[in-house]
Amino acid sequence: MIEEEFDAIVVGAGMSGNAAAYTMARQGLTVLQLERGEYPGSKNVQGAIMYADMLEQIIPDFRNDAPLERHLVEQRFWLMDDTSHTGMQYRSDDFNEAKPNRYTIIRAQFDKWFSRKVREAGATVLCETTVTDLVRNAKGKVIGVRTDRAGGPIYADVVVLAEGVNGLLGTRAGLRKMLKPQSVALAVKEMHFLPDEVIEQRFGLQGDEGCVIEAAGTISRSMAGLAFLYTNKESISLGIGCLVSDFAKTMESPYVLLDAFKNHPSIRPLIAGSEVKEYSAHLIPEGGYKAIPQLFGDGWVAVGDAAQLNNAIHREGSNLAMTSGRIAGEAIIEIKGRNQPMIRRNLALYKTMLDKSFVVKDLRKYKDMPALIHTNSRNFFMTYPQLMSQAAQNFMRVDGTPKIEKEKATTAAFIKARSRWGLISDVVRLALAWR
Amino acid sequence: MTIAVTKLRVEEKLYQNRYLVDPGRPHIKVQPHERPSANLLALTHICPAKCYELNDKGQVETTSDGCMECGTCRVLCEASGEIVWNYPRGGFGVLFKFG
Ligand SMILES: Cc1cc2nc3c(=O)[nH]c(=O)nc-3n(C[C@H](O)[C@H](O)[C@H](O)COP(=O)(O)OP(=O)(O)OC[C@H]3O[C@@H](n4cnc5c(N)ncnc54)[C@H](O)[C@@H]3O)c2cc1C
Ligand code: SF4
Repeated sequence: MIEEEFDAIVVGAGMSGNAAAYTMARQGLTVLQLERGEYPGSKNVQGAIMYADMLEQIIPDFRNDAPLERHLVEQRFWLMDDTSHTGMQYRSDDFNEAKPNRYTIIRAQFDKWFSRKVREAGATVLCETTVTDLVRNAKGKVIGVRTDRAGGPIYADVVVLAEGVNGLLGTRAGLRKMLKPQSVALAVKEMHFLPDEVIEQRFGLQGDEGCVIEAAGTISRSMAGLAFLYTNKESISLGIGCLVSDFAKTMESPYVLLDAFKNHPSIRPLIAGSEVKEYSAHLIPEGGYKAIPQLFGDGWVAVGDAAQLNNAIHREGSNLAMTSGRIAGEAIIEIKGRNQPMIRRNLALYKTMLDKSFVVKDLRKYKDMPALIHTNSRNFFMTYPQLMSQAAQNFMRVDGTPKIEKEKATTAAFIKARSRWGLISDVVRLALAWR
Repeated sequence: MTIAVTKLRVEEKLYQNRYLVDPGRPHIKVQPHERPSANLLALTHICPAKCYELNDKGQVETTSDGCMECGTCRVLCEASGEIVWNYPRGGFGVLFKFG
């Protein structure tokens, strides 16, 4: 089907693949990008908050034509029990700046735009094509791919695996191990449509301002999980995700959790009267630093979710994907510039460059968080949210009980639920993992 | 009763989605088994598209038409050989309008 040989083949047209393909094509490399979806984005799911800085480093003037929904001026963190939420909220007019820092996006639209940029930069993009195999030479170096289209293998000096969290290719080729149920979350999401003025009224927004809510608590039924609600221009994205290992253990149904979240008294009024137009599901890598697999080898590099580069604590993924894709592209350009072969020793440059970036530094900072949260999910997602709610209610309800007794009751409730030592050790371990 | 209600709820949700089904080429298969493992059984509850169901012999069967290709069942049951999981052919399967 395609005769020529390319400088690089990029597998996948998500955030990381587009960043890599764009970076390389712009510098004049011949790039073939293969995507299994009918169009870029048709297989991809995100909340979705997009971080401007990382896109700016790739396409500085993206604000001119990228499909952006709202720029964020407010973030709410909610700790929920069944009937209440305790919240922290930050809103600032400083976020109404000439070049806002965070936007909500709709992935299917955003990916189409990004892919157009990739093509304009000179890459060949082929959709409806699933890559089925890596082709290796006698020495074991990856030299191309096979696809489910008619025709033989397609060759390239280097293959960029931007295949997303499931990463079938890399796993089946033995480049990395199978995902562990405790290091991936399953998230389900719905798109709720409402007129823009209704959204602006409900969240106190003007124009393109946006607000997001991140929520944890009894909504995940003691599983390690988080829920979210993000405002788009004329829709609200909302969803919930929990670790796959926890789902397997509890046998909770994700759609039941999603419906319970939607019906929570704090959420229901925000989406009342909306029209649901899509239900989606996707995995999120949550293993953090310790789950990062081998990132490069003879003739290949792995970027984005395929390399588990996802910061679950801050709910960042697309920015790590874009940055790792860009850096992989830059490393490949540099190696090619030196006329060196795309072998393991040279491609190590990608990892050296990535280690110096925020991607690996952030993941290393939280390296102990995934294990801590996993082993303590019941305390963090069930007991503490309930206690917080009780404490807040004790504080606010005026019923003639002397304040000193209320305080004592709150303290006693915490100690009863978790024991003095349990509380202290949770705080210490959390502080250590956060450090 | 609760089972019927849940099932209805998922089907209503999936009805919003777009798919291009590849007729006669299911991308997921369950291997023949006597009794399902705990993980395989869990799929009847935790697959977000409810693609897995118990038949009256207590075995797990799958119909992957509503599959959203999340990969959860693969993470839990591919390594043990209980299921065979592949992506649909290029262009087929779920087509997210928004994602
Ligand atoms: C519910 C949810 C909410 C999220 N919220 C946020 C958020 O708010 N902010 C944020 O920054 N991140 C968020 N993330 C994470 C973010 O979506 C991912 O980190 C990001 O999409 C990873 O990009 P990627 O390019 O590595 O993978 P993907 O975007 O998944 O792209 C992989 C691409 O490869 C293609 N592909 C795979 N295999 C093959 C093959 N064999 N042949 C051809 N093509 C193939 C796929 O079709 C896909 O297009 C969220 C994720 C989820 C699931
Ligand atoms: S991939 Fe996801 S949606 Fe599809 S059958 Fe497996 S668990 Fe269900």
